[in-house]
Amino acid sequence: MKKIAVTSEDPTLDDQVDPRFGRAGGFLVMDLETMEARYIDNGASQTMSQGAGIQTAENVAKAGAEVVLSGYVGPKAFQALATAGIKVGQDCDNMTVREAIEKFQKGEIPFADKPNR
Amino acid sequence: MREILIISGKGGTGKTSLTAAFSHLADNKIICDLDVDAPDLHLLLQPCHEQEVAFYAGNEARINQDGCTGCGTCAQMCRYNAIRQENDRFTVDPIRCEGCKVCVSFCPEQTIEFPEKHCGTWYVSTTRFGTMVHAQLFPGEENSGRLVALLKNEAKKLARENNIDLILSDGAPGIGCPVISSLSGANFAVLVTEPTPSGRHDLERVASLCDHFRIRSGVIINKADLNPDEAAMIEQYCRERNYPLLARLPHDPVITEAMVQERAVTELGETEIGREIRQAWTRIEELAG
Amino acid sequence: MIITVASGKGGTGKTTVTASLATVWDAPLQVVDLDVEEPNLHLFLWPELGSPAKAWMEVPELDAEKCTGCGNCVELCQFKAISMMLSTLTLYPDMCHGCGGCIAVCRENALQAGRRELGEIRQGRAGKIDFLMGTLRIGEAMSPPFMEQVKKQMQQTLLETNQDVIIDAPPGVSCPAICSVIDSDVIVLVTDATPFGFHDFKLAWESFSPLGKPMGVVINRAGLGTRDIYDFCKKKNIPILAEIPFDRSIAEAYSRGRVIAGVSDELGTVFVSLREKIRDLAADSGKEVSHA
Repeated sequence: MKKIAVTSEDPTLDDQVDPRFGRAGGFLVMDLETMEARYIDNGASQTMSQGAGIQTAENVAKAGAEVVLSGYVGPKAFQALATAGIKVGQDCDNMTVREAIEKFQKGEIPFADKPNR
Repeated sequence: MREILIISGKGGTGKTSLTAAFSHLADNKIICDLDVDAPDLHLLLQPCHEQEVAFYAGNEARINQDGCTGCGTCAQMCRYNAIRQENDRFTVDPIRCEGCKVCVSFCPEQTIEFPEKHCGTWYVSTTRFGTMVHAQLFPGEENSGRLVALLKNEAKKLARENNIDLILSDGAPGIGCPVISSLSGANFAVLVTEPTPSGRHDLERVASLCDHFRIRSGVIINKADLNPDEAAMIEQYCRERNYPLLARLPHDPVITEAMVQERAVTELGETEIGREIRQAWTRIEELAG
Repeated sequence: MIITVASGKGGTGKTTVTASLATVWDAPLQVVDLDVEEPNLHLFLWPELGSPAKAWMEVPELDAEKCTGCGNCVELCQFKAISMMLSTLTLYPDMCHGCGGCIAVCRENALQAGRRELGEIRQGRAGKIDFLMGTLRIGEAMSPPFMEQVKKQMQQTLLETNQDVIIDAPPGVSCPAICSVIDSDVIVLVTDATPFGFHDFKLAWESFSPLGKPMGVVINRAGLGTRDIYDFCKKKNIPILAEIPFDRSIAEAYSRGRVIAGVSDELGTVFVSLREKIRDLAADSGKEVSHA
């Protein structure tokens, strides 16, 4: 596991995880080997009439992430992520990005086999 | 953050009057009118617009006549009968245009423009019950569900900024796109129905939709005394499907009276229906966690 | 002629007016329930229905062997029904609006026509009336493409019989409502006089006015609410075709699924007079009217 993407509305590790995947404001992509993080804005997907989840999945894949942590992932986004072999940890709402990544590293976030929304 | 959504598959069941009453009873919430096609909640809450934003959605084709050679490719390709032909002049009928871009892509002269469509306005307002987020689509515009998603986002943003943990939303009628979009991310749906054959039929359809999206729901039977047998059948259905029955409300012209006075029914002093609505709200708060 | 019964808001009594009007209609008639999200007319008219026919929309199907990953279809699709994840093309048929652009743009013939179920169409008879209804599939977001299919069926029956048609429209003023009035000769707007009813009526009137079709109003539950709607109609010269009084016994009859034209002689008369006024409205606009 090298790169992990966490949905977040704001660009720092101490900001809250954005519970929405498809209409997330952006995501922090963290390289778990170098511990470098960069923020990718997802604003354009937020304003799509339909298919925001699919568009966001494409953005996450382009960023090279292999794992996504978010609150709620809809069925279409889930399918899109699965196509690219990206694993999903969901129900990570009500915590900061840093907390979500720490939990993930401790093995406390199971990978989902189906969407929770 | 909790989001409680009031919906009814069928219109006219009293959903909006109930949403207004719940807005009066709930502490510390953001109110949201997601029925952007024909919103009514503002008639009871008299929102004062603090912020007005134009809403653009999708695009529509427009044929630039200067470059058009009248070849008719656009008319052949359009699946929505949106291209009108008079002699050899081709124009787009905006009412029928789906914004699919096929004519734009296949026009040999590349003379079809594809501007964004201005479809309506959305507002953040203050009301006597707190902040309200609402919108109005222009008549005849597509209700794509995106405006619904946008309002929900705004409501969440405002809730977070102000440490508010409840969003109370009045949903759209039906079971199509606007409703599906309203349900997205909701914690609890209050299904308002009436004891008529159509009421029961539509309740079953909208309840199936909630189940489809795994959203917990409870039922309010409004005007229950109009047809006690039909009301009993709805109760039976709720028991079988494990939907909590939140209230049976009487058919009471005081609902219309409140509307005429532009108030929530719970603001009109002690009434039987007001008491029942208060009890229902207590149940909803317990169930929505 | 084709009459559409519409309303800006649900619950004003649109379906009950449609059912009553249909029962007093004295010429060959087809009724169509175009409120496909929540069809209810059959609960009042009790038609004998044939078996349902599924309605489909053309959506693309992928032959992955032939796809070269050029991405032209992805770029064309406005609805995110085709996505390129890394280099794999994935189709989301639920999102497709059926424009056919992707199939046309693919040079490799990797995309062919498949189909998605939109809902079910049923036809039958309620006494002497031809009955047609569509029921949208639960989870299907788009009703206009399905409504178009129901309308196609309606037009086919019309070609064979040339009878009058009464359409029960979906509530509201957006795409589906427009879709149901666009081919009609007369629009009958059903409203009540409550503030909500009046407000939504105004929206509907604004929405349908550009279509340039004759419009009239039926005021249901007259006496409940305010006089605003009467003043508005007078000012805008919109004919009030009928008033149905507010009466608990009517509400009870409706809740038992009864057609209210049959509740009393007075109500029967209201609908007969409505029928004639609709014909006058159509005649004034130069539409040929068939008589019994």
